[in-house]
Amino acid sequence: MLDLIKWFFATPIGYLVLVLLESLAILVPLLIGVAMLTYVERKVLAAIQLRKGPNVVGPFGLLQPFADAIKMMMKEVVIPTGANRFLFLLAPLLTFTLAMMAWAVMPVGAGWVVADINVGLLYLFAISSLGVYGIVIAGWSSNSKYPLLGALRSAAQMVSYEVSMGFVLVCVLLCVGSLNLSDIVRAQEHLWFFIPLLPMFVVFVISALAETNRAPFDLPEGESEIVAGFMVEYSSMPFGLFFLGEYANMFLMSGLITTLFLGGWLGPFGLWPALGPLWFFLKLCLCLFWFLWARATFPRFRYDQLMRLGWKVFLPLSLVWLVVTATALMVFGWLPNA
Amino acid sequence: MIAAIFFYVFAAILLGSAAAVVTARNPVHSVLFLILAFFNASALFLIAGAEFLAMILVIVYVGAVAVLFLFVVMMLDINFEQLRSGFQRYLPVGLAVVAVLVVELATVLAGWKFAPQAAAVRFLPEAASIPNTAQLGQVLYTDFVFLFQAAGLILLVAMIGAIVLTLRPHNRARRQNIAEQIARDPAEALALMDIPSRTGVAALGIRRPLEKGAAPGPAEETHAGGHP
Repeated sequence: MLDLIKWFFATPIGYLVLVLLESLAILVPLLIGVAMLTYVERKVLAAIQLRKGPNVVGPFGLLQPFADAIKMMMKEVVIPTGANRFLFLLAPLLTFTLAMMAWAVMPVGAGWVVADINVGLLYLFAISSLGVYGIVIAGWSSNSKYPLLGALRSAAQMVSYEVSMGFVLVCVLLCVGSLNLSDIVRAQEHLWFFIPLLPMFVVFVISALAETNRAPFDLPEGESEIVAGFMVEYSSMPFGLFFLGEYANMFLMSGLITTLFLGGWLGPFGLWPALGPLWFFLKLCLCLFWFLWARATFPRFRYDQLMRLGWKVFLPLSLVWLVVTATALMVFGWLPNA
Repeated sequence: MIAAIFFYVFAAILLGSAAAVVTARNPVHSVLFLILAFFNASALFLIAGAEFLAMILVIVYVGAVAVLFLFVVMMLDINFEQLRSGFQRYLPVGLAVVAVLVVELATVLAGWKFAPQAAAVRFLPEAASIPNTAQLGQVLYTDFVFLFQAAGLILLVAMIGAIVLTLRPHNRARRQNIAEQIARDPAEALALMDIPSRTGVAALGIRRPLEKGAAPGPAEETHAGGHP
């Protein structure tokens, strides 16, 4: 029986089935995580603001996300007059799909990765830079002014912060000598990168907030100025997909921070290496908590302050630190593969 | 076999979307078709085993260049009638450009031959074991370092040119000096006053609205801080 299973997975069709199963094994927990994150966010915000948060549906309000999902599915899909139907419905799908696609290369544990490709870091960077399309297409196809304003803000913001994020990735890349995410984690066996690359860690964590359009950089959906930005015209499940996509993007950025700076599946001081995926999960939760904490703490940036921070502070800082890193590696002979 | 099928699928979509870029009525659709074309080109790179180029194509062209295209095209107020009316007039010019390009391409292709070293490098045993990101780096920063730097300089010149062309003297723009803001002292920004009942601030000599050009009189003195 075991031989038969082994033989089946070695055939092309069997391989396809195996990849599908692996994808499901990562997407199903991810989707459940996204649902629970909406609940956790409300609970954390409530705790910070000395409230109780959702506590009616199910024990401790745990079933709240499912109640919300059912409510959302029951609503009517409204498509505005003069909107471009195809693009209007494509945009939320795009946002959601991209956020899911990126997880193909994320190493959850030692060898626990669907596609162990050797340009994994570039792949992630490519996918996260595509996230802006969902928002821009949504803004344009809605045929309405607030969405368009939100989309423009978002495009400018995401393009700006991507530049400094790119330099942070190059810094990490210099220290590892490989674009493979599993190699990046293995290179942190003795020292997690957030210690030697502390300034870049800070830049990356803040840029992650901007890249996911989360508070205090949530100008694309700043409700006090432009209602809900690019999501104004969306209702029902298309809105739900945007919502899920935003939270899935938070997971993605947290996963990226964990992998690049917090040692991925490695335990602190090499403790319990068998618990790899659990360590990954705990670090992921820590990063996600940071997202929620930031939202509860900081007021929204003004648009010119946002641009100033991206171009005049982060970009020069990350450029200088890139040179410093390269010089240090060269002078002390710490270059990998040298 | 499977690679061949995928090659033809991606190539067909690439050509189809490239044609749609030119023929689409709506310029936003054109840009979206362009993005689809970039994606399929990147897939073709992947099939050819050039994963680094594939990813860079997506990051640079789809993630940055096309976003700006889309940004600009969405903002344009285009008169479609006017666009279409010029078709007949510009057709000869367009055809001339196409003819020149075709002739150039033909001459290049006719005289094309691989460098003698290329074949030897291609079948080196270690070539397969090094990821092509590293291979590109090894060639780009050694044999072709001057060309690489020259390309960088050209881009720098283009960037500075764009900045010079669009730079406007903006004396009127209000700037925020964050350091100055943070360095402000409550003592010089706030003044607490005891306002006499039933007379208001007028009794202190402060009149609102201020007359044009008039500085707030006695209020200025209290800037030094503290209660008067």
